[in-house]
Amino acid sequence: MSKNGMFGASGSGDTSGFGGLVNTTTVIGSTERPFGSYFDQVADDLERAYPLFSDAIEKVVVDRGELTLFIKRDRLFDVAKILRDQLKFEMCIGVSGAHYPDESGRELHAVYSLLSITRNQRLRLEVSVSDKDSHVPSLVEVWAGTNWHERETYDMFGIIFDNHPGLTRILMPDDWPGHPQRKDYPLGGIEIEYKGATIPAPSQRRSYK
Amino acid sequence: MTTFTDPYASSQETTEGRVYSVTGGDWDSLVTEIGATKEERVVLNMGPQHPSTHGVLRLILELEGETVTETRCGIGYLHTGIEKNTEFRNWTQGVTFVTRMDYLSPIFNETAYCLGVEKLLGITNDVTERATVIRVMMMEFNRISSHMVALGTGALELGALSPMIFAFREREKVLDVFEMISGLRMNMAYVRPGGVAQDLPQGALAKIRETVKELRHNFKDNEKLLIGNSIWIKRTQGIGYLDLAGCTTLGITGPVLRSTGLAWDLRKAQPYCGYEDYQFDIPTTDTCDVYGRFLIRMQELEQSLRIIEQCVTKLEKLEGQPVMVADKKIAWPSQLSIGADGMGNSLNHIREIMGESMEALIHHFKLVTEGFRVPAGQVYTSIESPRGELGVHLVSDGGTRPYRVHFRDPSFNNLQSTAAMCEGGQIADVIAAVASIDPVMGGVDR
Repeated sequence: MSKNGMFGASGSGDTSGFGGLVNTTTVIGSTERPFGSYFDQVADDLERAYPLFSDAIEKVVVDRGELTLFIKRDRLFDVAKILRDQLKFEMCIGVSGAHYPDESGRELHAVYSLLSITRNQRLRLEVSVSDKDSHVPSLVEVWAGTNWHERETYDMFGIIFDNHPGLTRILMPDDWPGHPQRKDYPLGGIEIEYKGATIPAPSQRRSYK
Repeated sequence: MTTFTDPYASSQETTEGRVYSVTGGDWDSLVTEIGATKEERVVLNMGPQHPSTHGVLRLILELEGETVTETRCGIGYLHTGIEKNTEFRNWTQGVTFVTRMDYLSPIFNETAYCLGVEKLLGITNDVTERATVIRVMMMEFNRISSHMVALGTGALELGALSPMIFAFREREKVLDVFEMISGLRMNMAYVRPGGVAQDLPQGALAKIRETVKELRHNFKDNEKLLIGNSIWIKRTQGIGYLDLAGCTTLGITGPVLRSTGLAWDLRKAQPYCGYEDYQFDIPTTDTCDVYGRFLIRMQELEQSLRIIEQCVTKLEKLEGQPVMVADKKIAWPSQLSIGADGMGNSLNHIREIMGESMEALIHHFKLVTEGFRVPAGQVYTSIESPRGELGVHLVSDGGTRPYRVHFRDPSFNNLQSTAAMCEGGQIADVIAAVASIDPVMGGVDR
């Protein structure tokens, strides 16, 4: 991933040097065992309960004391069911999305936070799909509470959750074009005129570009 | 069939069937008209502007007589795009945005967000104890002010006016404390990444002690008005039933989950901000109903007061400790101060950067305009807000602005249980059930 400029200024008369900066960030790779904390135990339990573990899990990331399992979308539903029934992750706390336009072929991510009250542990599942084929199986059948969260993620990112009982927009109006939280969607806003001077819309201001 | 000229109650023919609109006043004419139709089934649109739907919540109810056969919620009327906006401001400015999400629990939004930013920065353990204790104290005061609204408006919606008057009287006292400490009564942006915006003002602890004493005395008024009140009991007992299995599959947390008898509270189960060092209990009931949820909220008030008292004792010992991390690359350059017009820059700091030290000015400018960099990665932090688990999913790409901020608001999630609680019950009980979830639409829609 790389970022240009300090304020995103480009093509302007900015001579401060901020505009020429390029920052690159490294994507965190996968973590090898031992994972530490209770994470090894979760991984062991899942491997025992789900023989296809190595096929289903793309990578395991342990970062800042949190465990993330990157799962292939075809296996997501099975893994979720096993996590609920056999590993006692009773609750899916929510679904969040993220849009990485630079990761070609896996631009859209759906992120699930799971909670086990029995084990008092947390776990995160992450699924990535491409922009062109943004289908992810719905987990409403496993945890009914993901219903609205999936609708929100669809609304904001355009990830289509297959077999969702009613995948419609939830926060934006039904006829809204586009998915606002995607990175290619502008911040928007309107110009404001005050005492003869015009203040540009937020997405036109240099500092917010 | 006659047509009506009543401005408050009219009807019109549409492709979906006859639609009746009522807004207030005398509906006699309309009731007569509906009574004359053969259809028993009525689809009722309640809200989004309705006094008892807790803000701009739209409830779509399918009725057979007075029985609710199907319920759907329509939300999104208060969507403000806060999550999107934070991606265009630096990490510290994010606090000013997120505090406006769930406007009844601003301190919780701020703390959850700041804990997330601190976790990303890896400075969780560098936050001073004084700052953490102030955060806990502010959160518990906020829990009281939020529960006061839940109890007050909950009672009001069921027709009891007096509890609302008493509840808002107590809430004002808590807001006075917020004003004294942060300069603002709501949306304070007081908790900042690395600590809090400013230290407690002089004489604050004495005032807090006094307030705690008053609140403890006055809470009895509300308890007397509601607990044991036969109308209240009839309106709430056995209403809005949702058991443990329902709660877990729907991801419900907070008082609704604790009303099933499960003592699940993140302050005990997965402590943050040093909650493991405080003595307090988790009230539960096993009634799974509206009554139990309100009882839990009432009992949590006393537990919050207990925690606040322990905070005051701790703060006395921590007098003089800084309230911001020592790292000057992260800490806000100066402590703010409260003037006659609210919170603002400290005059001493302005004197220093404008008249004494060029380096201080440069440092201030860099940190305030550009902000600090946060190492790439993602975190999820969660705290126990008055309504349940408030979770924050933060993603950083290594820049000075968030890459993604997502709030898992408990109101948003818990509102999903409306159908499970209301279907099969009577229409009047819908109001009680929704009130017991205590949704705040600012948090639901964000």
